[in-house]
Amino acid sequence: MKIVTRIGKDKLAAVCLLFIAAILVTGVFAPLFAPHAPEEVHMELRFAASSWEYWLGNDHLGRCILSRLIYGIRPSVLWVLVALSISVAIGTTLGFIAGYFRGKADAILMRVCDIMLSFPGYVMTLAVIGILGAGLENILIAFVLMKWAWFARIIRTSVMQYTDTEYVKFAKAIGVSNINIMIKHILPVSLPDIAVISSSSFGSMILQISGFSFLGLGIQAPHAEWGMMLNEARAVMFSRPELMLAPGIAIILVVSAINFLSDALQIALDPKLMTSRHKWQGKAIALASKPHGKEVA
Amino acid sequence: MLSVKHVNKSYKKGGLFTRERQQVLSNISFDWQQGECLGIIGESGSGKSTLGQLLLGINEPDQGRILWDGKRVKDRKTRLGNISAVFQDYTSSINPFYTVEQALMEPLMLHKKMRQAHQGNIDQLLHQVGLDSSYRQKYAHELSGGEAQRVCIARAVSTEPRCIVLDEAISSLDGSVQIQILELLKNLKTMYSMGYIFITHDIRAAAYICDRVMILRNGHIVEIVNVEQLKDVQSPYARHLLQMVIT
Repeated sequence: MKIVTRIGKDKLAAVCLLFIAAILVTGVFAPLFAPHAPEEVHMELRFAASSWEYWLGNDHLGRCILSRLIYGIRPSVLWVLVALSISVAIGTTLGFIAGYFRGKADAILMRVCDIMLSFPGYVMTLAVIGILGAGLENILIAFVLMKWAWFARIIRTSVMQYTDTEYVKFAKAIGVSNINIMIKHILPVSLPDIAVISSSSFGSMILQISGFSFLGLGIQAPHAEWGMMLNEARAVMFSRPELMLAPGIAIILVVSAINFLSDALQIALDPKLMTSRHKWQGKAIALASKPHGKEVA
Repeated sequence: MLSVKHVNKSYKKGGLFTRERQQVLSNISFDWQQGECLGIIGESGSGKSTLGQLLLGINEPDQGRILWDGKRVKDRKTRLGNISAVFQDYTSSINPFYTVEQALMEPLMLHKKMRQAHQGNIDQLLHQVGLDSSYRQKYAHELSGGEAQRVCIARAVSTEPRCIVLDEAISSLDGSVQIQILELLKNLKTMYSMGYIFITHDIRAAAYICDRVMILRNGHIVEIVNVEQLKDVQSPYARHLLQMVIT
């Protein structure tokens, strides 16, 4: 709760947090928020401008752009978030094992990571899609398979740095179990690092999903997805450029909100900014004593 | 009682496939008696901090045994409540997310039976190391070096261990604070009847607080003498060290 109140002090971060929360809620309850069915074709409304019934207008098949945008949150944001959390979870676990225990575990895990990282990400994802077939699930599986090594690498470095601190040595010396040391002492201090790397790769994953949908390997045709909407708008880029605005701006806003939030999170998680409560208590006492003094006077 | 028998320790040099190792400690054997203050003196690189880590069970020796009352010190059950530590670097010795109170509670929470009994003892612990109860809610970065080191000492004595390993515990403090901390350690020693293993490069501090002194050089024990006989050391290296202090 402390973190939330401290993010609240930063106006930009608070706005980003609210925005992302709103996006997530809208995505989860898409049928409630969307004014129309996203795949409903109205050929008579092709390229219609925005109206009271269709706020953001209609696309080349006369489908409601707003509804498609809202339904597109699911693959573009929610599923990316799921894939990201799974690969961060795997990366964190392995990074902690490698960075904390070192020795043989570290050597073996890092060599496996080296092997995974030696393949270019896009090519490997394409290969996985080639094996498993096109589709959103397969892209997400490919992401998890490819990204964990990168997370493990970075988190290991962060963990290694904190394993050498003296409070960890003290905890080891007095006989705290390894699991407890990792949860209580190392996880909180490495959390800012984890937050920053996962948010930066969140942006790139959204863009990659869009890229694969663009190539026709991701979401299949009638379903809505931001990258695919962009691709559909590309066909009429010169005659109707405004069709690119809605999905393009949506992607930019979400990715920047995530990046701003992670920056703010890094500051909010900094223990150096924590101050002891007694100072506040002192202020409260001083404030409380003032009116009392007046009464006496 | 802590007994160290024929301990060897070396670190790997270089990468994954090298066999080359740097010998840090070779054939170290000594005993630490209950309630004694044993000083371990050596220059930097002599292996004294490595020895400290082995005694605390953070690291394992390549060969030889380190036994506490006949049980291996590497098992954390053996160390639990018996051995504690104070380190040199006060800036990283307390978890930055912990208040002083949380830091002091950490060793106490490990002892189920002590959990309730010690709830009210935090104030008393702070008082013993010369801090008042207003420090309970402070974070580590709000403390000065001397204060942080006092908190670390309070944290080390909180479970009333029988042995505390002080690894350069006063070396990063300035002169007047060093003497205060040494005084404090002396008082606590009689109060709790515990013993210290005092690792330092400072012969004067060791002579002030220790009963016995072990001189370490390049991973070998040069000499172990009682502090009263420190002037009559036999080996040339120990004489040389003493000479440096006097001049």
